[in-house]
Parts: sequence; C-alpha cells; structure tokens
Amino acid sequence: MTRVFISRDMASVALGADDVARAFADAGCEVVRTGSRGLFSIEPLVEIETAEGRIGYGPATPADVAAILDGSHPNRLGDIAALPFFAKQQRFTFARCGIVDPLSLADYAAHGGWIGLDIARAAEPQAVVDAVKASGLRGRGGAGFPTGIKWQTVLDAPNSPKYIVCNADEGDSGTFADRMLMEGDPYCLIEGMAIAAHAVGASHGYIYIRSEYPFAIDTMRDAIALSAGRIAPFTLEVRAGAGAYVCGEETALLDSIEGKRGQVRAKPPLPALAGLFGKPTVINNVLSLAAVPFILSEGADAYANVGFGRSRGTMPVQLAGNVKHGGLFEVGFGITLGELVNDIGGGTASGRPVRAAQVGGPLGAYFPPSMFDLPFDYEAFTQAGGLIGHAGITIFDDRVDMAHMARFAMEFCAAESCGKCTPCRIGSTRGVEIVDRIIAARETEPARTATQEGTLGKALYSRAPDRIDVSLGAQTTLLRDLCDTMKYGSLCALGGFTPYPVLSALDHFPEDFGAPAPALEAAE
Amino acid sequence: MGLDEAKLLIDGWVRREGSGRDRLLPLLHAVQDEIGYIDDTLVPAIAAALNLSRADVHGVLTFYHDYRRQPAGRHIVKLCRAESCQSRGGAAMEAAAAERLGVAMGETRRDGQVTLEPVYCLGLCAIGPNALVDGRPMARIDTAALDRIAAEVAA
Repeated sequence: MTRVFISRDMASVALGADDVARAFADAGCEVVRTGSRGLFSIEPLVEIETAEGRIGYGPATPADVAAILDGSHPNRLGDIAALPFFAKQQRFTFARCGIVDPLSLADYAAHGGWIGLDIARAAEPQAVVDAVKASGLRGRGGAGFPTGIKWQTVLDAPNSPKYIVCNADEGDSGTFADRMLMEGDPYCLIEGMAIAAHAVGASHGYIYIRSEYPFAIDTMRDAIALSAGRIAPFTLEVRAGAGAYVCGEETALLDSIEGKRGQVRAKPPLPALAGLFGKPTVINNVLSLAAVPFILSEGADAYANVGFGRSRGTMPVQLAGNVKHGGLFEVGFGITLGELVNDIGGGTASGRPVRAAQVGGPLGAYFPPSMFDLPFDYEAFTQAGGLIGHAGITIFDDRVDMAHMARFAMEFCAAESCGKCTPCRIGSTRGVEIVDRIIAARETEPARTATQEGTLGKALYSRAPDRIDVSLGAQTTLLRDLCDTMKYGSLCALGGFTPYPVLSALDHFPEDFGAPAPALEAAE
Repeated sequence: MGLDEAKLLIDGWVRREGSGRDRLLPLLHAVQDEIGYIDDTLVPAIAAALNLSRADVHGVLTFYHDYRRQPAGRHIVKLCRAESCQSRGGAAMEAAAAERLGVAMGETRRDGQVTLEPVYCLGLCAIGPNALVDGRPMARIDTAALDRIAAEVAA
C-alpha cells in the first residue's frame, strides 16, 4: 500500500488538507498525518513514499489524486528538503516538524527524541543549567533574557515546590512558530520541559495555550497523555486561555493559571523566586523550551557556534502577511531583514512593491525597505528602535496606510489592556483619538514643511475641546509625548511597546501623517 | 438548560475536577462549552462551588473576551482583524462579511442564526484573511468564500 504524508497543521487544514487526505484514503492509500513543513504556498502538500525517498506535490486538491499517484501531476516538487526555501535553513528546533507523525512515540524516538532528556537526567541539575548557559540561548518570547540565568535563579531558590510554565499564548499577529511546533512535534516541547524540571527541581508543569489554537490544545493534551510514562515522575497539564492577549505577558499568564483576571504583576518579585502560587517558577516561551533538547543532545557548542554577536543559535523566523512564500524559516541569527523579506519570502503576494515590514507582532516596529540591511539580532533591532519579539515578520505592500496602522496599534492596546496601569489603559484610548485627529487634519491641511515645536500646551486643553489645537503639528507633537509616557510609564510590554509601531510609522512614513516624505525615500 | 440543571452540571464538574481557585477558568470554559454562554444567574452557583465571592467570579468572567454572557447565534463566524490579515485585504473582507451575513461585527443577527466576531490572530498569518466558522479554520477568505459561508450559516 502506498504511504502518503499530508499535514494536519491548522494552516494546512484551513487550505483544505483534510479533504485531500480523505481522497487519498478513499483511493486505498495509507495516509500519515504529519505537522507542516512550513511553506504555505505549497500547501496542501502531499508527499508520496517511494524508493527514492518522499516525493512532494503541492498545492494539491482532492481531484489530483490519480495524477499524483501516477507521478504525472504538474505540481511535482520532488524532494521537499531540497527546495531552496528549505535547503537554506538550519533546522535545530524544527528538525522533525512536517516529517514525523506528531503523536507517534516511535517516530519521535527514531528521530533523535528523548536523547537530551536521558543525558540531562544522567547529569547533575547544575550541569544541565551550565549547558543551557553555555549555549547562549535567550528567551525566544521576545525579551531575549538568557534562559540559563533564569534557570539558575530557580535552581538556587530555597522555596518549594517549583513549577515549570510554558508560555504558549502566542498572540502576536504574524507569528505561528509555537503553534506549528505544538501541532507538529509536541514531544519536543514536552522533552524540553522535562529537562527544565530536572534542572531546577520541579515536579509539575503547565502549558498555557491560547484558546484561538484549538488544534494545538488537542495535540498537546494527547501527547501529554501518551508520554506520561516517559517523563514521569514529572507531570504536565494544559491550560486553555480565554482570549486575553495580555496573558502572553508572563505575570498576567501566571495570574490567569491561578484563576484570576489576567492582570500584570509589578516586578519584583521575579517569577523565578515568587511565581506561580508564589513559588519559584521557570516561565519560558515554547521556542526556548523546545530548543533545549537539541542543546543537550548535540552539545551547547553546536548551538552556540551558530549566530551573530550576543544572539546565539537559531531563530524560527515567521514570514507572514502579504508575502509570496510565507512560512517558517529557521536560521541562525545575523541574516538581514532584506534577505528574509525579498530573497526568502519573494516579496509581496500581490506582486506590488514592499512598503513596510512589521517585525515582532503588534508591539513591533514598522521598517521601510531602506532599513532592510538590518541584521537579525536582538541588539541591532533595539538600536534601530524596534524589537525582534517572537520573530514574526508581517509584510505590507504599497497600498498600506501607515496612519491607519498606527491607529490600529493604539486600538488594539485599548482593547487588550489589562487596566492595571494608567498609561496603557487611558493612553491607548487617547492615542486612538489623536491619530483620528491627525487623519482628519491631513486631508485638509497642506503638507507641513518643518516640525512645529512648542505647541504641546495648546494641544492639551482637554477640558475645553473647542480650544484644542487640532493642527497636524500640535497633534503629532502630542502623539510623541503620549508615546513617551506610555513607553516609560507602563507596567509591562503591552503599554510600553505599543509606541514602537506608532513611532516607527511616524518616523519612517511621515508622508502618511501629513508631513513631507523623508529625503531618502523622496530621492528614490 | 434550567438553573437547577446548570447547578447540577457545576457541582458534578467540581466533584470531578476539584474546587481550588485555579479551577475557575476551566470551570467557566466547561459551562460555556455545555450551555453556550454563562448566564449572570449562574455566577452565585459558580462562586459557591469554588468558595469565591460573586464579585471575584464576575471580575474574571468579564475580563476574558472568550466568555459570553448572552447566547450566541446558532453559527459563529470569527474573522481575524490582526495586522497580517489586514495586509492581505482583511479590512475589505470585514466589511463584505458584515454585508453578506447581514450582521455587524461583534453582533448576533436578529434571527439568531449567526454571530460575527472579531478574533485577533489565528496563527495562519501567511494565508489570510482567515476565519473560524463554527470552529473550522478557513484561509484566503474572499467574496466567494464569504458567499459559501453565508449559505452555510443560513441552514
């Protein structure tokens, strides 16, 4: 019987993979449902097992079964791993994703699974923490804090019990790596958490998954049940979120697990010392924990040898939005933004010029093509007024209105603010109002020639709306002032980072805010 | 489902799953999965089952976007409004969906047939605009896809 591999990833299913799988099953094939390889322009992808290895065809529809089985289909792609999109990658974390049956323990073991856990359990906890430190692994959720140092703090904490919490509340638009890993290689995350548990002395762990990811929730629950014996005495459970973006913030997530409103806690105390239920807690992103089995099995050096500056190892970059070849591209740090957007992603799906790329989700900065030589590196992005975040890149073509995107950033912050601190709760609503005034004024006012300063006072007559100076100059100054307050006065990254998309839109795309275009772009 | 029946459901769940404070979100999910929404009249029973104050339960219930306090339509269409879907023409599809389904975003149609809701990211960001139709993911939503959805929810 012919063996056929078809993804069960939520994205593949959204493109019709279930119907294709059914058609192959009806034709008498043995259908193995895998995770996604990670290139969505070829999904639904069908891979046929042959003597020469797996031969891929995609995109495929149920009507293509006969042509694919006799090898005559025009969408024949051959060996998927040899396609340029995959050949250029360094898949450390996603090595198995798209290849194995996600819930098959035999597949996992046959592809190098559990080796890291066995090595870790044969070693002292301190040796495991040292290995993670030596790998240079930094928090992949966005903050980039060294994972090994976080673990050391928990290992040294005298209090008990200790907990391992996985932050799988991947709410940023343009990111889907956590989801793909949980659906495509769930045991990898489980193994990483079991290693963390051994390293710090924890016996129970939680995986907090957002409710928008029903497939990931089901897959993780099944995988935990199937692997319970392998990770014992460590135990795990899945907690489903309830649609609050702010619960991706680690302390809000802990409160949510505890059954409370997902409100951000003031730090200190650090979660490493007083986290879940007030106990020492390792809280890491999915990708941080899933990188750990590789570090243990292949050695810290194998991981640290790849990378750029202080950003070591690989990053599963997600190419999203209006992009021709969108998907997951795991590669060592240091690749430039332009290579990712233009060479790997192939530019826009619409075929129009790329105007902006937002890196790092709704709280990340918008970059114009003139800045595409930026290397993918935590420090380089911080210096450029942005952040890597969870490494999602959302691409926009020349039809985007950046003032509307700035308004959306404020609107999103207002909708998702937990309400605990004033700059975020009130500032975001005021931000929407200011951008609305700018959008209204840019239609009527002639373009300014220079930035007008000293108008802040008149723009602030909030108790006498008819006396507010609604000119572009005054409102733009006011918007910058508000962003400053939010950036430095907010309790967490939601209010603190919302200024990134707003200010970057204002700085790099001033023509959308009624100001003259920057000289660099005007010269092009 | 009547109030007494709902209380039985809550008590049975708590006996199986425990009554610690951290059970509140899972219990609210369970009630909504079973009944479709969490009526305000159930708040005292939920509070009593977990030994919490009614204010505490109300606070959590109203904080999270997922929990409904009114019944939804027979079909639920969630349309993504986040940046990646916007970059692929999501705003136009949002307007088209409201028009074709005959209901504004965030509302339930008067005949109770369909609820249209925003969702902020389904993690399918390279193939948008995306939707969840009664829990089923759909990618590359265009006007033809919206026509199919409109026909589906009419049933």
